[in-house]
Amino acid sequence: MPKFFERRQLVVPGDLIAEGDYIAGENVYRENNRIYAARIGLVEYQDNRVNVVALRAFYVPKVGDTVIGTVVEVGFSGWAVDINAPYLAMLRVSEVIKRPFKPQKDELTKILDVGDLILAKIIAYDRTQPPFLGVDEPGMGKITKGQIVKITPTKIPRVIGKKGSMISMLKQETGCHIILGQNGVILVTGKSPEDEELAIMAIRKIEEESHVSGLTDRIFQMIKMEKERRRLT
Amino acid sequence: MSSKPERLIDEKGLRLDGRKPDELRPIKIEVGVLANADGSAYIEQGKNKILAAVYGPKELHPKHLALPDRMVLRCRYHMAPFSVQERKSPAPSRREIELSKVIREALEPAIFLEYYPRTATDVFIEVLQADGGTRCASITVASLALADAGIPMRDLVAACSVGKVDGTIVLDLMDVEDKVGEADLPLAYMPNLDAITLLQMDGNLTPEEFEKAVSLAIEGCKKIYNMQREALKARYVSVKEVEE
Repeated sequence: MPKFFERRQLVVPGDLIAEGDYIAGENVYRENNRIYAARIGLVEYQDNRVNVVALRAFYVPKVGDTVIGTVVEVGFSGWAVDINAPYLAMLRVSEVIKRPFKPQKDELTKILDVGDLILAKIIAYDRTQPPFLGVDEPGMGKITKGQIVKITPTKIPRVIGKKGSMISMLKQETGCHIILGQNGVILVTGKSPEDEELAIMAIRKIEEESHVSGLTDRIFQMIKMEKERRRLT
Repeated sequence: MSSKPERLIDEKGLRLDGRKPDELRPIKIEVGVLANADGSAYIEQGKNKILAAVYGPKELHPKHLALPDRMVLRCRYHMAPFSVQERKSPAPSRREIELSKVIREALEPAIFLEYYPRTATDVFIEVLQADGGTRCASITVASLALADAGIPMRDLVAACSVGKVDGTIVLDLMDVEDKVGEADLPLAYMPNLDAITLLQMDGNLTPEEFEKAVSLAIEGCKKIYNMQREALKARYVSVKEVEE
């Protein structure tokens, strides 16, 4: 069972990665016992499984993901939400108000209007349906304060870090509350706009240097230096 | 307009620009040149200069055009008014509409269209300067822009033309050779899958010449394919270096 690429080597679509009894994982496809890459990315082997960690990809909804979206349309019984994916997501009124919905009495635009940002969870999605959102969990629903940063969705795991090391460090050092949307949208809420700016700066740096090792330490140093500089001025 | 040359191949067997019959024009490819598109690429093949941009996949409007089982690929091949010697009207001509369709059909087999049903992906191909073989160069550059947009693909598509001028089968025709020559045969090819996605012919070739032409075109496509891979990787070379 030959492998034609080392771990973490760069592949482009069509590259033959392995031949033989392998399982096709993410961003690869199988044809007659051969595993080919389907996206540009880095090869990863996991037992018998061949994966490509994509360098270029867009967000594809997955049930259970937390996402941040913008309301783009108000309908008769719900909202259409742009979640940065190939599909518009739907949010039904019944998910938002916990009592029977009366079209004569309740006005949808009073609850959420076009342009509002919401934090939600994907509760249903398959090939035949658009993604449906839910706002059941605490903290979900309309976003009223904070700042939004958009990054490439593939880099969200890097912002979280190994076992959440990066995100917990960020939260602690900047004193900001940070919510990650799996669709690449990040909400930063802090005590002051300066704190938020600092956190955004760090997130941008993570996005740029996501592939360089020892990132958490460097981000930590950067935040420390920036804080120092601000205290002096 | 320059006048028609008397012969296209000299006594040494070299072409007007000094190339051997089986030689490609110099090619320069760059990926990710546009910040506002989801994916983009640029190619210079001889005097051809072509830019490709990809948007999507995204929701398709009007909705009735969406297909329930796969993504819709939309292509626009367009020549800039200044791309040719005589100003070309910017409105899409019959030829451009046809080429848009031909290019779309050459790219479709390479894309996993069925992964994202009910969506659309737009490919915009802008010919800035034309010197023969633009449909082939367009396919080459558009497949790179698609890969850059992160759209899952079976393989990159490389394309190149062959033709017959002064009785000789030659690779990668330029404009004069295309117009004065006896035959022109553009071909698009997916090297890893060994599959042809576009094959057209204009002019006359004997069956033997045809077979020779196709195998020469496939050789050319393989060379272009290697340049495509290098260009796509070049964008991330820095990624690899720091990794070690």
